[in-house]
Amino acid sequence: MNNIIVYCELEEGRIADVSFELLTKGRSLANQLNCKLEALLIGNHLKNLEKEIFPYGVDTLYVAEDKKLSPYSTLPHTSILVNLFREQKPQIALMGATTIGRDLGPRVSSSLGSGLTADCTELEIGNHEDKKLNKVYTNLLYQIRPAFGGNIIATIINPDCRPQMATVREGVMKKEIVNPNYAGELINLDVEKYVDETCFVMKVIERHIESSKINIKGSPVIVSGGFGVGSAENFKLLYRLANLLGGEVGASRAAVDAGYAEHARQVGQTGVTVRPKLYIACGISGQIQHLAGMMESSIIISINSDPNAPINKIANYVIIGKVENVIPKMIRYYKEHTK
Amino acid sequence: MKEFQIVVLAKQVPDTRNVGKDAMKADGTVNRAVLPAIFNPEDLHALEQALRIKDQFPGSKITLLTMGPPRAVEILREGFYRGADDGILLTDRAFAGSDTLATSYAISCAIRKIKNADIIVCGRQAIDGDTAQVGPQVAEKLGIPQITYAEEIVLLTDDKIQVKRRLERGIEIVECGFPLLITVNNSAPRCRPRNAKRLMKYKHASTVSNRQESNDDYLSSALTKPHLTIKEWSVADIECDREQLGLNGSPTKVKKVDNIVFQSKESRTIEDLDEDIDELMQELISSHIIG
Repeated sequence: MNNIIVYCELEEGRIADVSFELLTKGRSLANQLNCKLEALLIGNHLKNLEKEIFPYGVDTLYVAEDKKLSPYSTLPHTSILVNLFREQKPQIALMGATTIGRDLGPRVSSSLGSGLTADCTELEIGNHEDKKLNKVYTNLLYQIRPAFGGNIIATIINPDCRPQMATVREGVMKKEIVNPNYAGELINLDVEKYVDETCFVMKVIERHIESSKINIKGSPVIVSGGFGVGSAENFKLLYRLANLLGGEVGASRAAVDAGYAEHARQVGQTGVTVRPKLYIACGISGQIQHLAGMMESSIIISINSDPNAPINKIANYVIIGKVENVIPKMIRYYKEHTK
Repeated sequence: MKEFQIVVLAKQVPDTRNVGKDAMKADGTVNRAVLPAIFNPEDLHALEQALRIKDQFPGSKITLLTMGPPRAVEILREGFYRGADDGILLTDRAFAGSDTLATSYAISCAIRKIKNADIIVCGRQAIDGDTAQVGPQVAEKLGIPQITYAEEIVLLTDDKIQVKRRLERGIEIVECGFPLLITVNNSAPRCRPRNAKRLMKYKHASTVSNRQESNDDYLSSALTKPHLTIKEWSVADIECDREQLGLNGSPTKVKKVDNIVFQSKESRTIEDLDEDIDELMQELISSHIIG
């Protein structure tokens, strides 16, 4: 009762990274609140997946397995969550801010009449004093998220309704195994008790999922280009530098819109959130939406001919100059001084 | 031929996408007052999908519904210019402070009043909050299925619809009967432009209270031309439980809001001279950031 529960999402039979990230966060919140961390897995062919889930410090794993539950469909999955939450009364429920989590979360929250905060970038535990009601709430979930196009950061709370629900985007939180031999309990749910036949109204006619080829999120070095790079031709320089440094190429929205790079490379609020060791921003002016997706990089280098580009404010190193002049110099030095 | 009752949900939003230099105050925060109010972009995509349904089933009726302050009538007018048949402004001070749940409750009550909606279409999310919650929550309140992240209607017949959804790493085509709610993704086709004839026809359309507010001369002509009066519903017009509206009906509360101010890091600025870049690269290599 009153535990933390994480909805584990499946991506073509594998547990999505975002779910592991949420389990990691969930574990640390559970330690703070002195409650259990629980997980819920819904789908088909789920054997052995518990072995990947328990090491994140999961005390209880609920499994709903049935071939009708795969692939994901709104109503059956909603029904399981709603019924399980009514029964178990978790205090916090977390899910990925993915096409699945953002389809499922609002539906569940509406059904339970509990609050949901989308796309949180931080989750913390804290207190709240309602001066009007002269009431103090302890150990609430602070759901922190950018709003207004990333121009403000809002802290949202749900004082009275449970569970306190939040979604978080992939890559925003870290994933970390607590103990490879962590002993949790597995509970198989009787699917018929949780899902009504009337939930199966949606028919999947066709599905094409590509395994993602581009993964800039996990890259330690990102060489990212903006509109200021000037052309797809100049972008090739970024690829040369990225390859040399063992990194990936990222892009701003403006560069993606201009056709210089694929959407999968877009860094920022509507793209991927990254936190590499080194982020080299080439010809990126630094719209707030972009900065929101990369400002936690350890070292930021900005190469820009405009000394007043907003991104320079958050950069550790600013190189005033043209991308097509600067990058070849970096490549030359690196080649000469490393093996 | 089937005549679909289509409801398009739309929101008037501040244009947060292009927060330019002039929109930034000296302290680094955003000056919201200078941002223009626009038709939420994905809601326009939704209107286009509704118009395509009407192209195929010409007897269908498109009702554009928005909840917001009186000036939100602007986007209803915009909808009329582009082909909506009817528009409703849901406005009341009692809605103030609504979170997504209270908003979807109010909207669902208005949809019930419109009656017999077969298809409800809206944008996936609005650019001021980016939550993508109101669509699915309205569907849940109405007890109907939802298709989110829709990109294209692949097939439409009298009793079923097939929709292509855009997922993170691919697409999915799903099929469902009516009624249902569809949220339209930003990858869907843009809305067709304004129609010149409709622009002339609806240029002076407004709500009665907006007219009274501005002492509009067109009040008299509106009486003879009913299409110039846009419907305006308040809490009294929809059947609803007041406890579920506005701040009271909102389980989430905003504890605090911080404006983003970018703090300068300890930074070094160099020119693109060979020796400067060499020195920087050497520093990066020796500190094992690269190499």
